[in-house]
Amino acid sequence: MWDDNEMFLFRSTVAYAMRRQLPGQQFSVPNIVVCNETARVSFWFVVMSPDMGSLIPKQQVEKAVRMSRGRINSAFMLTDHTLEFIGIAPTLASPYTPDTPPWLIVFGVVMGVVVAGIIFLVGSSVVQKKRKKKQKSTDNNAEVNEEHSAVNEGVYNMSFTDEERITRI
Amino acid sequence: MRLVLPNPGLDERIPSHEDLERLEKETAADRPKWDNKAQYLLTCVGFCVGLGNVWRFPYLCQSHGGGAFIIPFIILLVFEGVPLLHLEFAIGQRLRKGSVGAWAAINPYLAGVGIASMTVSFLVGMYYNTIIAWVMWYFFHSFQDPLPWSQCPLNKNLTGLVSECERSTPVDYFWYRETLNTSEAIDESGGLQWWIVICLVTAWSVLYICCIRGIETTGKAVYITSTLPYVVLTIFLIRGLTLKGSVDGIKFLFTPDLNELVNPSTWLDAGAQVFYSFSLAFGGLISFSSYNPIHNNCEQDAVIIALVNGFTSIFAATVIYSIIGFRATEQFDACLNGNIMELLNAFDLAEGSITESNYNEMLQNLNSTVSGSGIIEGLGLNNCSLQTFLSDGVEGTGLAFIVFTEAITKMPFSPLWSVLFFIMLFCLGLSTMFGAIEGVVVPLQDLKIFPKKCPKEVVTGIVCLVSFLIALIFALRSGNYWLALFDGFAGSIPLLIIAFCEMTGVAYLYGMDRFNEDIKFMIGHKPNIFWQATWRVISPLIVLVIFVFYFVTQVSAELTYITWNPSSANFPALVSLTYPSWVYVIIFILAGVPSLMIPGVALYKLFQRCCCKKTGFNMN
Repeated sequence: MWDDNEMFLFRSTVAYAMRRQLPGQQFSVPNIVVCNETARVSFWFVVMSPDMGSLIPKQQVEKAVRMSRGRINSAFMLTDHTLEFIGIAPTLASPYTPDTPPWLIVFGVVMGVVVAGIIFLVGSSVVQKKRKKKQKSTDNNAEVNEEHSAVNEGVYNMSFTDEERITRI
Repeated sequence: MRLVLPNPGLDERIPSHEDLERLEKETAADRPKWDNKAQYLLTCVGFCVGLGNVWRFPYLCQSHGGGAFIIPFIILLVFEGVPLLHLEFAIGQRLRKGSVGAWAAINPYLAGVGIASMTVSFLVGMYYNTIIAWVMWYFFHSFQDPLPWSQCPLNKNLTGLVSECERSTPVDYFWYRETLNTSEAIDESGGLQWWIVICLVTAWSVLYICCIRGIETTGKAVYITSTLPYVVLTIFLIRGLTLKGSVDGIKFLFTPDLNELVNPSTWLDAGAQVFYSFSLAFGGLISFSSYNPIHNNCEQDAVIIALVNGFTSIFAATVIYSIIGFRATEQFDACLNGNIMELLNAFDLAEGSITESNYNEMLQNLNSTVSGSGIIEGLGLNNCSLQTFLSDGVEGTGLAFIVFTEAITKMPFSPLWSVLFFIMLFCLGLSTMFGAIEGVVVPLQDLKIFPKKCPKEVVTGIVCLVSFLIALIFALRSGNYWLALFDGFAGSIPLLIIAFCEMTGVAYLYGMDRFNEDIKFMIGHKPNIFWQATWRVISPLIVLVIFVFYFVTQVSAELTYITWNPSSANFPALVSLTYPSWVYVIIFILAGVPSLMIPGVALYKLFQRCCCKKTGFNMN
């Protein structure tokens, strides 16, 4: 709720900002003059110089507010969106850019797994093919011997052996 | 109807019932087999349930009268979807061959149907996998907080936001500029976008590793890719229902407007959706069911898969619209609060004096004075209506990559929901791709294009590599427009023609009596009157009607496409351009070549037979 205490806090933060901007001049709460307050919580304010009593030019006040904007905001726990100084645009914080974009990291992980999988699957089928070939050649030798010895037992039908591990239609 | 066209030599080309029993007992090891029934059903469900269930059906439902749309959808599901599904399953199971082998066995002149299926599977597979590549790009970017599409990036001087982003929205900017880097027309091809190329490489590699040994590997992969989407949809439903405004979305989706039932385009869209949703005429389903045991109950499978597909469509629509309801409510609240802020600032009122509940009466009070109404006119307040936001119906890539991603940024723990959503889309797309690859690789092996000794890994690898190289066209700056072109023409007209030829081929060339006998042999009872009526008359008629209307509307309408043009007057509204004339050649290649394969191959075989008869060889 906006009340006189909050207004006091505001005037003191602006005085603090002016002190930072123009060191040497001891600004304090009476130097910040507020007028045209509305129920909307909007108002005009001007800054008087403590030594000479003259108005501080607008550009200086703008600079001061801009420099200490973060402190003023946090005094009221507000943000640039909720506390607006008309005419003073907030300077935007530069975004955090990591060295490697995170998406490339995820991409690297996924591709690594996939390539490893492909190498494993292709490799295992090549190895099994070689094993079958070896087995087939030893089977062939055994069958030649069988045929010689079992001439009366009929012909060995080769068409149903499981020749290749790799599926084909 | 006893109409059967003469078909000499049919018995020599197909295995008889006795042959099939013998093969079954001897468990021929050179043909792949399913490990169990669950694998087969999950693979078919995965093939049928795809991205269309998530982003096409909800849009159709909402734009054609909400709950009323479900009536034509279910009617056409029963009379068009299920019979076609049963037909393809039965053919595959009976003839024990992929699409080319099966149709060539029915009649050598029909081999063109199988080749057309193969061509369509190839073309559709190319652009479908590109969508999966885009999904992967978004998935890779989901592992950061805040999500990159939740805020506009700063411009070079760090003084403000990038202008293109400021004028549109962060999600639009991320999709059109940072992902696609889209050009302004299809003629301006731009260069290859390296980040899309590497996503394409990932997508094709993942597909290759899953399909490397045919159903041996896909059969294992579908345990995850077919079930995970349902898990994620349930999670999203629970999450969605707890968000504000979700129930409004669901109510909006299902509020029936029965007047829409009189509109013929509702029925046509329902028929087209049923047809494409079942992935019919791709050849993949015939192939998958040919690995079944001979006495598998294909009738039951067809009904189960049809029911699951229909249920998934409705379930996904509910989930999507609960999230869209949430998004629309957020937009409405933002719009209203913006108006309230303007009023408070203009009239210097205290904070909290105008709220959402008393907005209308406060506005009236302020408007009643002369000075007040003058100020209000000067403000230019937006007209906020929840209905407008809800009926901002989007489909396709726009739904997934713009609307839904925006909704996700507004949920707490957005990276988690983003990861889940894109994994779901990835699984949906990948399981459909399994069927497409099956529909290309198996016919290639049937046609004996590669030497017999060539292992399946190599054939699959070559198919994936060639598809990837041609799909690089989608990695250009104009890739999005090319994809829309492929989507519109490669997967629409040819499939309808193939499906019509399939049904008439089975009913009138293979013979309905013979087909009934086969089914009696396989599942134990003859198909009842419902199947007879639908296979002979009803389903071909429905497909023919849809085809005629599609063809007529496409040919008569001037073909346009929508583009993203930051320098246009109505930006961020999309600009509608007409296609340049050379695109018509491309359209003819996409839609015409597969369709013309059917008569083309028939003529070629006829020519071959006449030619060989002259030289005295009997080429039967």
